[in-house]
Amino acid sequence: MKLVIGIVRPERVNDVLESLFRAEVRGLSLSRVQGHGGELDRVETYRGTTVKMGLADKVRFEIAVSGPFVQPTIDALCEGGRTGEVGDGKIFVVPLERVVRIRTGETDHGAVTPVRE
Amino acid sequence: MDALSLFAAQVNAGDTAWMLAATALVLLMTPALGLFYAGLVRAKNTLNTFMMCIGAIAVTAITWAVVGYSIAFDGDGDILGGLNHVFLHDVAFEPRDGTTIPQLLFMAFQGTFCIITVALISGAVVERMRFGAYLVFAALWSVLVYAVLAHWAFGGGWLIERGTLDFAGGVPVEMGSGFSALAAALVVGARKDYGRQALLPHNAVYVLLGAGLLWFGWFGFNGGSGFSTGNSSVLAFTNTLLCPAATLVAWFALDLLRGRRVTAIGAATAIIVGCVLITPAGGFVSPGWAIALGALGALPPYAVIVWRPRTRVDETLDVLAAHGVAGFTGILFIGFFAQEAWNGVSDGLFYGNADQLGDQALAALAAPAYAFGATYVLLRVLGALMPLRSTVHAEALGMDVVYHGEEAYASGEGAILVTPEAGIEAEVPVANP
Repeated sequence: MKLVIGIVRPERVNDVLESLFRAEVRGLSLSRVQGHGGELDRVETYRGTTVKMGLADKVRFEIAVSGPFVQPTIDALCEGGRTGEVGDGKIFVVPLERVVRIRTGETDHGAVTPVRE
Repeated sequence: MDALSLFAAQVNAGDTAWMLAATALVLLMTPALGLFYAGLVRAKNTLNTFMMCIGAIAVTAITWAVVGYSIAFDGDGDILGGLNHVFLHDVAFEPRDGTTIPQLLFMAFQGTFCIITVALISGAVVERMRFGAYLVFAALWSVLVYAVLAHWAFGGGWLIERGTLDFAGGVPVEMGSGFSALAAALVVGARKDYGRQALLPHNAVYVLLGAGLLWFGWFGFNGGSGFSTGNSSVLAFTNTLLCPAATLVAWFALDLLRGRRVTAIGAATAIIVGCVLITPAGGFVSPGWAIALGALGALPPYAVIVWRPRTRVDETLDVLAAHGVAGFTGILFIGFFAQEAWNGVSDGLFYGNADQLGDQALAALAAPAYAFGATYVLLRVLGALMPLRSTVHAEALGMDVVYHGEEAYASGEGAILVTPEAGIEAEVPVANP
């Protein structure tokens, strides 16, 4: 079991979701974050105040998956998130100690497997 | 002019006072439209959308004074006015023919109409058109399309000579903007995400507040189009209260039938549609018929608003439906229900004058044809000279950052002050990727 964390451009979120669903990855959370990853700074001016905006808006996906789903998830994030410009984001894969599905109390593999209806 | 008198002869103080106020009311409509439009787009394009309306004021007020006013209101040529008023030559304190207000004020009042019309078209191309190209388009369109249509309908051109009734601008403002918007959407092309993602309004409160302020301004727009404090102005003013209210009720009912809920953005749209419907008809139909127009006239724009997003045409903020189609409906409605007992000018078909309907139908065909055709050609030519739309990258980033270097909702987190001493270095790479 791994937690796949993908940080992508906000405007690519729909494409990422699309490729994740195509890869049958169905359980995910996302949050809006701000970050910096080596892209060029934007210069903005508000009346007399000029600022360099060091942080860019990004969206952070958190996806807990079982072993066989790790690579498809990474592929989907890359496919949906890539534009080829600096600032496309990063993917981190970290080990997961325990997972519990709150509704049923299922743990670990049972909990990261999508519910089949 | 007698040097001791405050007014030129035949200038009426009361009429002039009202027209001064009405002009300011109409100018307010353009920032109000900016707010309305800004609420309808995504957050990253808020400022650019608003700035397209502000840009229309900047550019069009000047083109109008330089040449637009002359083409629209000098002489009674069939197709075009003359050039005697270029650079406001001979436009001063003497009353404008047929009115009791100084021509200078008449020019300013009509100028605010030209401004709002140009701003309206921006609704078709928001979120992707280059700001510079838009300003050039605005300058040219205000002269080549607006001034010509205004001449036809108001300035002594062929439509008004035939007897076509257009109280406050169904021809130049509403059909002019609506059908030009369709052409602009076709030439500039759809947003890259159109039809692939849900592109939702980012602030419905702006939309409602913008619509409310537009309605407020519209009392000057319609109420001022009699150029006096006389009966036709009072009638148009009152109809501007009644007709949009009826449209609101009708829109509520249509929303309920279609989705079982009354929508807020639908209500804002209904206010605009109602004001547009009564724009050409304001001073020509009775208050009772104004209510009927508001209710019945809601149907065609509503149908187009439901249908348009299913097409490939990204006429983004539905200027065609809310202005073109509603203006068309209002112009035709006059042909049926104009009433000489109320307007002192002419009856419609319902009161025994079928000719009026013919004159109205002619305007309803000619204005859309000219607006669409001329705008299409203008943008094609302009597109050959300069790119009209932003790059895909700029569209993804948002127009605000790209064209204005500002954000509507800047948080300041992660912003580093650039001091004048340090110098402003644009686009500094801070790390090697």
